[in-house]
Amino acid sequence: MDLDTIISVLAATLRLTTPLLLACLAGLYSERSGIFDIGLEGKMLAAAFAAAAMAAVTGNMWAGLLVGILVSIGMSMIHAVASISLKGNQIISGVAINFLAAGLTTLLGLTWFHQGGRTPALAEGGRFLGLDLPFAFELKSVPVLGPIYDGLISGHNLFVYLAFLAVPLTAWVLYRTRFGLRLRAVGENPKAVDTAGISVVKLRYQALLITGLLCGVAGAYFSIAQGSGFGNNMTGGRGYIALAALIFAKWRPVPAMFACLLFGFLDAVQIRLQGVDLPLVGQVPVQAIQALPYVLTVVLLAGFIGKAVGPKAGGVPYTKEN
Amino acid sequence: MSVRRPLPRWADVALLPLLNLLLALIISGAVVMLIGQNPLDALRIITYGAFGYGEGFGYTLHFATNFVFTGLAVAVAAHAGLFNIGAEGQAYVAGIGAILVGLTMDQTHWLLVLPLAIIASAAIGGFWALIPGYLQAKRGSHVVITTIMFNFIASALMVYLLTRVLKPVGQMDPTSAAVTGAGKLPQLRDFMSFFGYAPLNITIFIAIAALILVYVLIWHTRLGFAMRTLGHNPVASSYAGISNSRLIMITMTISGALAGMVAVNQVLGVQARLQLDFPSGYGFVGIAVALMGRNHPIGIALSAMLFGALYQGGLELQFSMPAITRDMIVVIQALVILFTGAMEGLLRPGLESAFMLYGARQKAAAPAGPGS
Repeated sequence: MDLDTIISVLAATLRLTTPLLLACLAGLYSERSGIFDIGLEGKMLAAAFAAAAMAAVTGNMWAGLLVGILVSIGMSMIHAVASISLKGNQIISGVAINFLAAGLTTLLGLTWFHQGGRTPALAEGGRFLGLDLPFAFELKSVPVLGPIYDGLISGHNLFVYLAFLAVPLTAWVLYRTRFGLRLRAVGENPKAVDTAGISVVKLRYQALLITGLLCGVAGAYFSIAQGSGFGNNMTGGRGYIALAALIFAKWRPVPAMFACLLFGFLDAVQIRLQGVDLPLVGQVPVQAIQALPYVLTVVLLAGFIGKAVGPKAGGVPYTKEN
Repeated sequence: MSVRRPLPRWADVALLPLLNLLLALIISGAVVMLIGQNPLDALRIITYGAFGYGEGFGYTLHFATNFVFTGLAVAVAAHAGLFNIGAEGQAYVAGIGAILVGLTMDQTHWLLVLPLAIIASAAIGGFWALIPGYLQAKRGSHVVITTIMFNFIASALMVYLLTRVLKPVGQMDPTSAAVTGAGKLPQLRDFMSFFGYAPLNITIFIAIAALILVYVLIWHTRLGFAMRTLGHNPVASSYAGISNSRLIMITMTISGALAGMVAVNQVLGVQARLQLDFPSGYGFVGIAVALMGRNHPIGIALSAMLFGALYQGGLELQFSMPAITRDMIVVIQALVILFTGAMEGLLRPGLESAFMLYGARQKAAAPAGPGS
């Protein structure tokens, strides 16, 4: 393994981590407020489709991003109405949202664009391209640090930087702001929050609004930044991996980043390892690496390595006493 | 304000689900209109495709067979307060059991193959659900998350097995060898030409038996009583001397075993080989089936027929209205889950008020008796 290979694997890791991280932080807001969200996948998928459709029609990537976010927020609000206002089962609502997105994106894609469910490839301006950070080219010739700066840190699209900026931002919101304090409280003990005269319903709606926003960005990343156009089931279960990462990180923002980086790295390595003979173990089946995030999450949840305990009020609708 | 009176039982078990279903269908109709087709035409084609002729009806029953199994799997778990999202994965790994029995017993008789395949599929499907059950019972992991994870692990495992282990040498497709003799279960069309080429097979009788057995289990056995107690109030059941953790594991095993029956139907009844992703979503439809059917075998039988009809009618629809693909069924399924499951509270208060109003008016109309 030379430096170039390492850099290219790590750069791929960053690109694959980005949607996981955005979705994981999205789930963090929701679950910290006491609302389970297994519908991250559906919201991302719907956003990916909406963003690509809009960007294809208008040729404007910002319009695509905006519509992607709006659609994702819309779906998040369905989840909010079902699980906050109507006090329905949050898991069932999440399942419904995942199916709704899976069905609608394919169906509408087929009828609107007639390309077997794909949206048309995006033209110039319809897609977020890589940004070259200042002096990337000039510094390239500097040994070791040059290629790292040029190949690993520079050259990603806007979403990648946004995702990693969202981590300290979320940590700050969660631990340093009044909203964050209330958010954490409402997930642990909504009654206490209610007693303090703060609306549980409003807080949870706000949390799910942020969840929708972040899932929208994550979804748009798939279709108008990383890829060019929407393809069937484009998110490929990343929403569930994000959920696994969230549990792995015990619902905390900075560990969430590391969990997502780990899962992103596994994804990047798995692509590299196909058909490669490793010393001692021989060929590692790709499927073993693909299953690793899920296995790790199961093992962690079971308390064999540390213990993951979610917000106490998670999954329980709050009913105000008269 | 007066206290809300609960709905009469018939309204709770029949009227409300029907209204929710209607709501889901109306919105599905709106989606059909959105893609520029006539929803009433679509409904007519679906109905004809599903019930209008023998072969179509045979397919409807065939799909319904799968949905009965997965619906029961979700329902049995639900009675004990557990949400098994993993029926898909449990059915998938159960395919190993079905195909191994089918291949090794291919030279014998189907009367031998069927019971052994049922046992093998149930054992493997049950085992795949037992692990999440064990982790919930003994380690406190949430069964929902674990079963989701196990769906993905199952998928990876099966891809590995089919591409590396079960695939015959020299074959390109990632499928197992085919059963050709006794491993292929008897088709109903061999006795009733009415069913055309529909892959309806002997497994449908297993499904009917499963419906009856689950009814007996849940409402007429000690175990079923303990399961329902656990579902209603885990604290009460532990005070009643029931080991909750044992009960969770038993329930999940039964649930997974039921899901495993899909493998018998699909692998030995239809495809005659183990294929990649053969449960193709049947496990997930089970969630909608159980919700619609209120976790009761009669309800599950009816909603399994409904979804069977939607699946078969949906295939038919694809021919006459190419704009509407099978994905429309996924949308309908999602809306049914949303309205009968998560948004059940949407219509209930209105319906309750309507009943109270109706009840009050009846009381006013009745002649005032003594003492009132």
